[in-house]
Amino acid sequence: MINIYEVLETNDMIEKENLDVRTITLGISLLNCIDSNLGSLNEKIYNRITTVAKELVPTGKAIEKEFGIPVVNKRISVTPIALIGASACKTPEDFVTIAQTLDKAAKATGVNFIGGYSALVSKGMTESDGLLVRSIPKALASTDFVCSSVNLASTKTGINMDAVKLMGEIVHDTAVETADRDSIGCAKLVVFCNAPDDNPFMAGAFHGVTEADEIINVGVSGPGVMRKALESVRGADFGTLCEKVKKTAFKITRVGQLVAREASKRLGIPFGIIDLSLAPTPAVGDSIADIFEEMGLQRAGAPGTTAALALLNDQVKKGGIMASSYVGGLSGAFIPVSEDQGMINAVEDGALTIEKLEAMTCVCSVGLDMIAIPGDTKPSAISGIIADEMAIGMINQKTTAARLIPAIGKGTGETVEFGGLLGHAPVMPVNQFECSSFINRGGRIPAPVHSFKN
Amino acid sequence: MKKTVVTVVGKDSVGIIAKVCTYLANNSVNILDISQTIVDGFFNMMMIVDVAKCSKDFETFGHELEQIGGEMNCIIKAQREDIFDSMHRL
Repeated sequence: MINIYEVLETNDMIEKENLDVRTITLGISLLNCIDSNLGSLNEKIYNRITTVAKELVPTGKAIEKEFGIPVVNKRISVTPIALIGASACKTPEDFVTIAQTLDKAAKATGVNFIGGYSALVSKGMTESDGLLVRSIPKALASTDFVCSSVNLASTKTGINMDAVKLMGEIVHDTAVETADRDSIGCAKLVVFCNAPDDNPFMAGAFHGVTEADEIINVGVSGPGVMRKALESVRGADFGTLCEKVKKTAFKITRVGQLVAREASKRLGIPFGIIDLSLAPTPAVGDSIADIFEEMGLQRAGAPGTTAALALLNDQVKKGGIMASSYVGGLSGAFIPVSEDQGMINAVEDGALTIEKLEAMTCVCSVGLDMIAIPGDTKPSAISGIIADEMAIGMINQKTTAARLIPAIGKGTGETVEFGGLLGHAPVMPVNQFECSSFINRGGRIPAPVHSFKN
Repeated sequence: MKKTVVTVVGKDSVGIIAKVCTYLANNSVNILDISQTIVDGFFNMMMIVDVAKCSKDFETFGHELEQIGGEMNCIIKAQREDIFDSMHRL
């Protein structure tokens, strides 16, 4: 039988170290809503989401009460809307009406984000993909909870550089459209290389076409728990350090697995995957940067940070995979800037730059995340940063992403404020040298060779 | 059997266990195991109980225990045992 010390350990993790289940994300296929009439398409989408997700939020809350662990977010992901709207939408404005329907459905079900306002264009872009992408600035400016993602590249197809160029402009336009709210639209827009079909985390969640009608995916968290656990191995060798990370990741993931199973049973919807990401929040102590400091780096960004992140990411995966048979999504360690107080401090102290963050994305689970850049950064420079990030993902056969926030009207050293889970971010300087002639070439970068690795 | 873990954390005072046990008995909750320790000067008690025959739903049960805790300046939580089992047992 469970003993008192085990009970106290678990409850300390929850009460003092911010252990929580970060999200229960309900994936809903909208393929059966497709209609050539825009009005009835919107109606079908609204009805389908509000019917399937009706019990999601109450179920999340009930689980929270019974197990005594916070389930912070309840969210919905849907089939990429570029596919769903292809036959009904003739203009970007038509697509915006779908975004508004998604927003309305999200509000009706009580979730705090709905993902899937997405297009998958890693090789080529259909007319419908193009319309959706062009509608993103208006769609994100006229909704509160809709999240958008665009897959621009993959290891199998290469990088769609036309789409990369276009997304530089779209990111910029989205920032301008929401300039009165510190460009918050860009916090809900992410571009991917190798986007997973079952990611429960926003802003990149969508319900892939390889998925069933409905599925429950759960994202677990716990950077605070990890940092606290590493306190007990201060000064120990790397073998001991790795063992500790692995064991802690195991414990965290087991809780996620329990919640996922329970949510799946109560909602009568199959369980998909656990995403065992260490996802920081702005709460003090719930930080990936603090883990680096506990490992022995003065600040995130110091020499050694990439190695520290590599070992953290890998050991988290090893521990998590042992704890759950179905692991998916992004799984690893997120390194967003705005959502992590330790990372914010590192930027403000001058320890962490975009270039170092880019290097770190070679070994983290996602990419350049929630990074505020000066508002006057040219769209071509944004495309350049995106292209770099896509290249890292393509060559290394991993998911990478970029969520950049051009802070309109603000420059280096100033701060953008989003509040809540999104936190605040110091504006970081961008390399001022030109890349427009490179970006303007157009076309595709071919898929890489999978042999001759060096 | 539906196992639930009840934890009581707070400053030690007369009658804590008595009060919690009375509440459990009144609601047909059977105590399977009980243990206590002092951590950082705080009284920590854990009970493993069976709520299968409990006359109240879990939410009310948890809420009322929380209130009893409030009256005695301690924190009482009721959690399904599964969360501890899944974290600490293979």
